[in-house]
Amino acid sequence: MIKSRLFSSDSRLSDLITAHPSLLSLLSRLGISLGFGDRSIADVCEESGVDTAFFLLICNVYTFNNYVPSTAAILGTDMTGLVPYLEKSHKYYVEKRLPHIECHLDAIAQKLNARIGRVFISFFKEYKEDVETHFMHEERDVFPHIRGLMAGKRDATYSIGEFIDTHSDIEGKLDDLLNIVFKYLPPQVDDDNVLDVVDDILRLSEDLKKHTFIEEKIMVPLVKHLENAILKK
Amino acid sequence: MKQRLLIVEPSELIIEGLKSILDGQIRFKVLEPEMGADQLDERLVATRPDIVLINPTLIGNISRLRGEHPMAVVALVYQYVEREVLKQYDAVVDIRASRAVIIETLAQASPGEVESANNNYELTKRETAVLVELAQGKTNKEIADALNVSVHTVISHRKNITRKTGIKSVAGLTVYAMLNNLIDENSLI
Repeated sequence: MIKSRLFSSDSRLSDLITAHPSLLSLLSRLGISLGFGDRSIADVCEESGVDTAFFLLICNVYTFNNYVPSTAAILGTDMTGLVPYLEKSHKYYVEKRLPHIECHLDAIAQKLNARIGRVFISFFKEYKEDVETHFMHEERDVFPHIRGLMAGKRDATYSIGEFIDTHSDIEGKLDDLLNIVFKYLPPQVDDDNVLDVVDDILRLSEDLKKHTFIEEKIMVPLVKHLENAILKK
Repeated sequence: MKQRLLIVEPSELIIEGLKSILDGQIRFKVLEPEMGADQLDERLVATRPDIVLINPTLIGNISRLRGEHPMAVVALVYQYVEREVLKQYDAVVDIRASRAVIIETLAQASPGEVESANNNYELTKRETAVLVELAQGKTNKEIADALNVSVHTVISHRKNITRKTGIKSVAGLTVYAMLNNLIDENSLI
């Protein structure tokens, strides 16, 4: 049933964005620049060297909460863009979103009693480190493994099973932060920074949930398949 | 607390109709509907609804749906369904029924308020004591010893603290404790 609502490649890219503005932040991570005018999704993807099916897969996952692509759909799509996309997303979170949030939190902390402000900021710094370690592990172990498999090589020292066992949640502490910010900060810090940071946290939290979903429901089945295919050779 | 309602029904038309009937009802929170029973088990684990309103033609035996979580399973019928089948359900909603009857049937079937204490979001003295120990970096065992209670009790207090504050991590609870002047920085390690 949901299939009929998914996007198709002959729609205009601008219509897709108008209907779902939150997809705008995905474009640069997928390798598409603005200025696409009224061209169709297929045309824009081709000009930018992005696989259209892959582009649609990611957009559909981001838009429809219930949409879980079948293994057949994943294996039938050119997935060379997956690892670069995940890497760019990591960069986007670490270099753009988190510093943005930190900036607002610093301004909020100024208004708090100094010792509380310190603990408040160190809570966020700890979270940031958790996220960075989490990403670093993926970039060091998982992504090279996938690149190898895609090139037809199997590195016997690593398997995706390890990823499944250790993949931890990076949204939990963000929810804690959200609760602290909008429920428990004293009334004297009530200003635009609080509203802005709540917006930012909600957006990042949603984005990270989809990111985790893509890793667990698309990347993992893909890698399992690649590992098995190479073993059979 | 709102009753979380999961609709499992293949027809988009029926789903939208039910949503519009239940829209604005403070008793219910309608979860993102499921159009088939294929992924139902995972959805139930993930969303833990209080009421599942399901079209009986999608599923034979409903006993597999009933896990540890107390949940009402209500049949959604718009054609003839054998009485033997309907007997398994906690209630039956006929789509030809009036708006008021549909809402009332669902309200009656719901497992109800879990415990009245669950609506109280103020931390108890005991919970506050656990929170203070927790913020100082103590383990469950250490807290149990310090407060002279069992580890099991500490865990149950921790669950309540998280349910009330919405904060899960120890680091987050520490910030909470400081903001509420329950501890000062000197007592942190």
